[in-house]
Amino acid sequence: MTAPNISFIRQALLKKEFSAVEFTREALATAERENPQTNAYLSLCPERALAAAEKVDEKLANGHEPGPLAGVPIGIKDVIMTRGVRSTCGSKILENYIPPYDATAVERIEAAGGVILGKTNCDEFAMGSSNENSAFGPVRNPVAPDRVPGGSSGGSAAVVAQGTAVLSLGSDTGGSIRQPASFCGVVGVCPTYGRVSRYGLAAFASSLDHIGPFARSVGDAATLLEVIAGRDPLDSTSADAPVPNYTEHLTGDVRGMKIGVPIEYMKHATGETAQIVNRSLEDLRRMGCEVQEISLPATDYAIACYYVIATAEASSNLARYDGVRYTFRSADSSTLGAMYQNTRGEGFGAEVKRRIMLGTYVLSHGYYDAYYLKAQKVRALIARDFTNAFQSVDAVVAPVSPFPAFRIGEKVDDPVAMYLSDIYTITGSLAGIPCMSVPAGATTEGLPVGLQILCKHFDEKNMFRLADAFEKR
Amino acid sequence: MKLTEKEVRYVANLANLRLTEEEIARMVHDLGGILEQMDRLSEIDTGAVAPMAQVLFEAEETATLRPDVERAPIGDKLAVANAAVSGGGYFKVPKVIER
Repeated sequence: MTAPNISFIRQALLKKEFSAVEFTREALATAERENPQTNAYLSLCPERALAAAEKVDEKLANGHEPGPLAGVPIGIKDVIMTRGVRSTCGSKILENYIPPYDATAVERIEAAGGVILGKTNCDEFAMGSSNENSAFGPVRNPVAPDRVPGGSSGGSAAVVAQGTAVLSLGSDTGGSIRQPASFCGVVGVCPTYGRVSRYGLAAFASSLDHIGPFARSVGDAATLLEVIAGRDPLDSTSADAPVPNYTEHLTGDVRGMKIGVPIEYMKHATGETAQIVNRSLEDLRRMGCEVQEISLPATDYAIACYYVIATAEASSNLARYDGVRYTFRSADSSTLGAMYQNTRGEGFGAEVKRRIMLGTYVLSHGYYDAYYLKAQKVRALIARDFTNAFQSVDAVVAPVSPFPAFRIGEKVDDPVAMYLSDIYTITGSLAGIPCMSVPAGATTEGLPVGLQILCKHFDEKNMFRLADAFEKR
Repeated sequence: MKLTEKEVRYVANLANLRLTEEEIARMVHDLGGILEQMDRLSEIDTGAVAPMAQVLFEAEETATLRPDVERAPIGDKLAVANAAVSGGGYFKVPKVIER
């Protein structure tokens, strides 16, 4: 079976070539067999998957519409809650955590006929750019097994690239969907902030966290976003804006579309990544887009701004893991204070501790104004840069990462270098605009490189239109 | 900005984080390097810019309020199902006040 997509599965189900249960059994067997190559799934949930498939078969048997994701095997990043199915967030501290509820996005996927196969590996609490910070071992890039799949949603990108899922959900706080999508050669979408409910997403940095789709095509990613997007009373930051029919906008026609290329990004871009991005710009021109240079002057301060805000919010959000409510408690808990300190000291990994420490420091007495307040002001400038840019262009196009997938272990000892590699993705996160990675080519070594497309708030339809046309160029 | 070992211990205490001696030495080095990057924020003039605490987009003013209707709670059994130690429908913790 060659890489099926949503419409292939739908047609086959309608023509009774196979049932949803049969297809799910095969998908589970494939995932079971091939997962050891990548370590991309942390767990499979066959009971839940087969129950969902049975519902699809019932609807089909009764002549009812089975839903836009009917029978489609889907992986869910382990920071997204699944009722009754272990959700570890890639952390030892939640090794045995079984959520009593579903994330809204998960609930909507199953209501649309989607079949959740299992939970995907990720950097602990979504903190990382390589998936090497998982307490359950790194994920291997399906394209190049000695390399990282990117992070933090490395497992979600890998299952789609490997073909052990057709779609997956990831989360993106500073690039955690786009960068692994680029590294694994798949489509990854970080929607507008508030477009998808965060209910049931383990909080890392609440003002920056997003849930978004991975797929092997822009069309499939657009269909999945359509299912999970929209107002949710359980997330007060979810937007009350209507959800367009994204797939209707995939016309293939991008003539006259105005594309901005930030000079501040391209001056740092080097090597084959820059060549592939420049070739992509040529393709866009050939397709009838008007490509022009733009300036986003606050870009140079984006990394500092992001790591102050993200770590500050993380230090608050992760305070809840204290040995009381969330499974793990240190054996050395003779007093309340010892329980807190030892549980957190033993349960969290090195990167999570580093970020909690940074966040606590920048919020501590005497430093709040210099770091957190200042970063919030710089964030406003970064957002304003984009607002200004979108007055003259319809979309911004940029690299996703300065380099393609690197070797496992290559950068693990240098946190500063790892943080600096997030430069192209964090600006869009800070502004809260929709952004995505679409495959643009490969290096001479065969490593995938993605092209990033960013649009204004709630303009996913034009982002998808451009990405789809580019994909089919 | 460089952090001293004393400052690292102070912050770890604020964060309720037990660190080993090795981890403290590593933090002094790593946090120093990262804070150096963060200190670049002071270079940019933010004059009269209002701090951005949340992503801003146009929406109705009441858009963030949900209808005030009752919802069934998950119940105490499920609520404490993931507790490290529980009993009688409560979370159990070490003694808070010594007798």
